[in-house]
Amino acid sequence: MNIWATIIVGLKEIWSHKFRSALTMLGIVLGVASLVGMSALVKGMENGMREAMQAVGGIEKVSVIQQELPPAQSHLADQVVGITMADVEALKQNATLTKLITPEMNMGRGAVVSRGKKIYRPWNISGTWPNALEMNVHTIEYGRMFNEIDDDLARNVCVIGTEVRDQLFGSFEETGKEIIPIGENININGQLFTIIGMFTRYESEKQKKEREYQMANPSPERMGPQRRTGWGRGGPGGWAFMMKNSTIYMPLNTMWMKFRAASGTGGIPDPTLSTLNIRITSVEEMEAALQQARNVMMQTHFAMEDFDFRTQENWDENISKQVNNYRWSGGIIAAISLIVGGIGIMNIMFASITERIREIGVRKAIGATTFAIFVQILIESIVVAFIGGVLGLIASYGLVELFKILIPTDNEPVIMMSSMVIAFSFGVFVGLLAGLLPAVKAAKLDPIEALRYE
Amino acid sequence: MALVELRNVSKIYQVGDEEIRALDDVTLDIENGEFISIIGPSGSGKSTLMHLLGCLDTPTHGTITLDGIQIQNATSMQLAAIRNRKIGFVFQSFNLLPKLNVAQNVEVPMIYAGVSSRERRERVMEALKRVGLENRAKHRPMQLSGGQQQRVAIARALINRPRIIFADEPTGNLDTHTGEAILNLFRELSQQGSTIVLVTHNPEIAAVTPRRIEIRDGKISINIDKRLAGLE
Repeated sequence: MNIWATIIVGLKEIWSHKFRSALTMLGIVLGVASLVGMSALVKGMENGMREAMQAVGGIEKVSVIQQELPPAQSHLADQVVGITMADVEALKQNATLTKLITPEMNMGRGAVVSRGKKIYRPWNISGTWPNALEMNVHTIEYGRMFNEIDDDLARNVCVIGTEVRDQLFGSFEETGKEIIPIGENININGQLFTIIGMFTRYESEKQKKEREYQMANPSPERMGPQRRTGWGRGGPGGWAFMMKNSTIYMPLNTMWMKFRAASGTGGIPDPTLSTLNIRITSVEEMEAALQQARNVMMQTHFAMEDFDFRTQENWDENISKQVNNYRWSGGIIAAISLIVGGIGIMNIMFASITERIREIGVRKAIGATTFAIFVQILIESIVVAFIGGVLGLIASYGLVELFKILIPTDNEPVIMMSSMVIAFSFGVFVGLLAGLLPAVKAAKLDPIEALRYE
Repeated sequence: MALVELRNVSKIYQVGDEEIRALDDVTLDIENGEFISIIGPSGSGKSTLMHLLGCLDTPTHGTITLDGIQIQNATSMQLAAIRNRKIGFVFQSFNLLPKLNVAQNVEVPMIYAGVSSRERRERVMEALKRVGLENRAKHRPMQLSGGQQQRVAIARALINRPRIIFADEPTGNLDTHTGEAILNLFRELSQQGSTIVLVTHNPEIAAVTPRRIEIRDGKISINIDKRLAGLE
């Protein structure tokens, strides 16, 4: 029995009942399209979640943080050394699985910057090394980053985020023009600093879309006194971008000498680092890299374990877990709609064979085997599902476009090849299952009775 | 050895508690190249006989041999293959497949036989020529007259070069004139060497064939061979 000829017969059967077949296919079309569309939405959501994690340095970034000594060592509490530049040097020379080391001294939330009468408390004022750009994924848009010379000479220079600019000089939204404050002076906790560079504006895809949407469709003015309405915009993880924009970097030595002098001992300013960030070569080697860094630091800390490592693994796992949950719950619902489509096919195939009992009798009389009839009905059902699947894949593009129109500020849905393959093969598989029962019924018909059937 | 041999064949249907002997101990030989009619009133068992001869059914008792093959114990798959290659059917209501055109209808048995597509095309045209419909290959059955449809059905029955053709009331749905033409076609085929069995209830049609078998109450009541009887 020629499979190709059977497929042609199936196509003709479908073509001769165009409307009925189209309705039958619709179930599969919608099922496949919703499966693909759903996974595209989830992928967009996942991209949005990962974006924030990338913005704070990605999963390869590990922070070394200070912690209380473990109980067994608590009697040594007065001898702890803290995280210092000694650790930085030691790690640099010995921790081969660490590719980037960035020390940071932070000023804390009490710090104030001012210019004229404008005052602002940025999220983060850090003294650090130039490589903080790479560590914390910053991009300089205007001016330059400070360099080793600035650091060696402990110059009063700083690089600011756009939120600091917005607060001290005025934002684009308020002034109608992009102010580039390079060369301007600002006060940081009472000391005069020159701005030598400014970062780009960091925002999530969602924040960007919301901003653009706001520009195109301005919402009515808020009534009453002017006020800030919080950082709720920009979806989950929007805060990561807000914090990043509200940053001031200065050379590490500037911070150490000009702001730490008061808390030092013996004429030396306090050398303790607030944070030490390291970037490991690859996530696969996370454990080995951490163990190596720990071994090195146990040396510099004289076996006192007053430090710990903080990774983003939890965050990463949470994203994966959430995405999986969305994918499964959405996938099951879409799969149910596909199965309903399959039931539609089964229904139509039963109707179709009842209509064609006589034809089946004739075919058997002129030599069709039970198996040939079985295959014929099954292939017709698969052909319906196949065409429905192809149309569904095309429809999924339309569905995703529809999502974009309906929710313009959400993360861009991303159609994935794998979801298309899965949806399509599942659709065809459902068609095959739906054809089984009708095919068995048709194949079992007795030729004599089928020939007599009116 | 005869082409078809029936030995003490019975077909018994169980309806409730009652046994219905549709065929009762029938013994019959059909030689290669014979032109036979089987005649009998409805309910006489002639349809049952044709179904058994045509391998659509198997007997309850007795043996049937077709072209040297035992039928009574064959599986449904073997029966399908025998129907496909050794038997051609012509029905009263033509039974063409309405969605296929004439050429495709004629082609179907070859598809089940696994003939290559090139050979199929050649043989379809050859068969259509034989029944005089070569210029109707692309027509749908519904676009043809009854007589033409029956010719298509005959072409389909011939296509796998069967050993025997069964025609069940082939003129039943046709007017006298067209029916005669179809009978003439059968006669022609018979002269060309085909073995043909006509099943009918009409004695006039049965009179066309040299040999005539009459069935009554599941038994063969009359078995006349005009040639043996010296009538022809």
